[in-house]
Amino acid sequence: MSGYLESQLIILCLNVIYAYGIFLPAASGQLNLGAAGFITIGAYASAWFNASGVPMYLAIPAAMVFAATIGFVIAFPILRTRGVYMVLATFAFAEVVAGLIINLEFLGAAAGYPVDSHADYLVVVPVTILVVLLCFFLMSTRLGLAMRSIHDDEAVATLFGVDVRLAKVAAFTLGAALMSLGGALYAHHYNYIETQTFNVLVSIYILLYVLLGGTQTAWGPLVGAAFFTIVPEALRQIATASGQAWIAESRFIFFGAIIVLMMVFRPEGLVTRTLIDRIAMPFGGRSGPAPAPGAA
Amino acid sequence: MDLSQLPQQIVNGLMLGGVYVMVAVAFTLIIGMLNFLNFTVPALFMLASVLMWAILEGHGIALDLTAIAVLLVLAMMAADRLQHAELPAPVKSGAALGLAAGALLIFWQIVASKPGDEVFAWLDAATGKGGRWVVGIFVALFTVSVLSLLIERFTYRYMKAKYGDATEHALPLVSSLGFLIVIEHTVISTWGSDALTTSSPFGNASFEVGPVLFSVPQLLSLILSLAIVFGLSIMLKTTKLGRALRSIAERPDTAPLMGVEVGRIVPVVYVITGLLCAIAGILFTINYTTVDAYVGDTVATVAIAGMVLGGLGNVWGAIVGALFIGMVEVMSIYMVGATFKKIPIWGLLLLILIVRPTGLFGHTAIGKGKF
Repeated sequence: MSGYLESQLIILCLNVIYAYGIFLPAASGQLNLGAAGFITIGAYASAWFNASGVPMYLAIPAAMVFAATIGFVIAFPILRTRGVYMVLATFAFAEVVAGLIINLEFLGAAAGYPVDSHADYLVVVPVTILVVLLCFFLMSTRLGLAMRSIHDDEAVATLFGVDVRLAKVAAFTLGAALMSLGGALYAHHYNYIETQTFNVLVSIYILLYVLLGGTQTAWGPLVGAAFFTIVPEALRQIATASGQAWIAESRFIFFGAIIVLMMVFRPEGLVTRTLIDRIAMPFGGRSGPAPAPGAA
Repeated sequence: MDLSQLPQQIVNGLMLGGVYVMVAVAFTLIIGMLNFLNFTVPALFMLASVLMWAILEGHGIALDLTAIAVLLVLAMMAADRLQHAELPAPVKSGAALGLAAGALLIFWQIVASKPGDEVFAWLDAATGKGGRWVVGIFVALFTVSVLSLLIERFTYRYMKAKYGDATEHALPLVSSLGFLIVIEHTVISTWGSDALTTSSPFGNASFEVGPVLFSVPQLLSLILSLAIVFGLSIMLKTTKLGRALRSIAERPDTAPLMGVEVGRIVPVVYVITGLLCAIAGILFTINYTTVDAYVGDTVATVAIAGMVLGGLGNVWGAIVGALFIGMVEVMSIYMVGATFKKIPIWGLLLLILIVRPTGLFGHTAIGKGKF
């Protein structure tokens, strides 16, 4: 595999893992703008375990457990907040994490932190496939059903006996574990991490992948992350090949414009339940009436 | 630690807070009235400060971009009128196509002929450098408030028309993030992502009171921003428009029943937001003389913290919160170090959100919806 394709494949895989980490809370109706925080924790924890002599194959799961524990602990206070407040609280969490790590001398502070063990695409790609399969499985379980019901209407979900808090905390914690997995893989692939890499723009982009891909089905983050990783890169290639530099320079302007237009024309994201039904059964036989406009 | 610098640091903190005040008020107005976090505020702030820089430095493309932005919005408004006109469908779509083609043609003309450079040549010959200040302030105010109107369509109006309630979804939030990306990358692809510097017309004008040094432009900006926000809150309290705005903030469903024309009032909120961001951006360029494409992110995120601290939707809370956050930032840099400032600011925000989500002076009803 050529070096260029490999590097793009890695970026795609990492984005997919991050996107699933944000998707799990989003599928249960919570907007998490703190992706950068959990990615940072995963990356630094795994790098630190690795530097203390733990082999990479144990350091990454250990980092996931560590991040999931933090996610679990902060899930309770953060899930008390709702709507805009939750967006702000998760955002503040990510900023606090970045602020803490940049002041920790044993993690390299502002100079960044080198990572020992290397993980090439033979590690990253299978792990990504596992994550995708796991998330598809999760969405088909009772927990997945509970998460979807909370997303659609929390009050009704409570009435039908769904333990709303349990499902939300589970989604948030699993999401934290997945994002830290992505962060750990990032650390071991690039072998160098610094807090500035995981800034607020990363959190925003990942949240956008998920919301634009669609939060109704597990296809959403996969399609969203793939679309918004591959298309800008393809535009850059087209620009280089055709000598039209303006395409490369303005590709993010198109990206932003697509987001705005998507919200007008496909507000539930690219992939919706109805779309899946139509693809699965092209000749009628929809599993139910189309959701009323406005139903989340 | 040298405590003799403390009074100076307090003054610096207040001055920095003065920058955050107007941005925080811009955030709080939209969230208070329409219940959504407007992520275009950082972009509008950044655009105003960069436009001001570009015009001071004589980049003609700033005027061209402004012309394009204004044309875009005018074409948009014409298309809106067309949609409501009682005409046969083929005529409507034909006219819309013609409108789009015409707009494209004019864009192309503007881009190809670079009229901005000619305007600058003429302006400098006529007025010396002073004319650029007037043009810069006018262009920044005008462009940003007109752009804010365009944003209103995609974050509020279409969603409202489609779903009855614009804030039901995360839609406005996501669209505003889209606009943030569009505006930031337009600036980056025009002027690059490096720091852009200009020189202040006031130089280093300052005066001393005892051991404390006051910078004249900073002090003037602080006074100006406080005066504007004060005027705004008087407007909200006493005028008919203010009453309509408050009624929308209180009960968006009941306001139209009371004869408030919500569809006409909401654009006003966006224009006010745009103007506040623009003034803040202009003052930022004048005071700090260095801007870049990411200045909105750094300033506005801190302003968000100030807004939450004061309570969402509360104008006076936003002022107090923004000044306080400015103080916290300067103090933590002074006492511990520049890398440390994120911890107190965001730690405080996290704590406030968890312990008392309504902020110090907040309204309990705001932000309770799904998004």
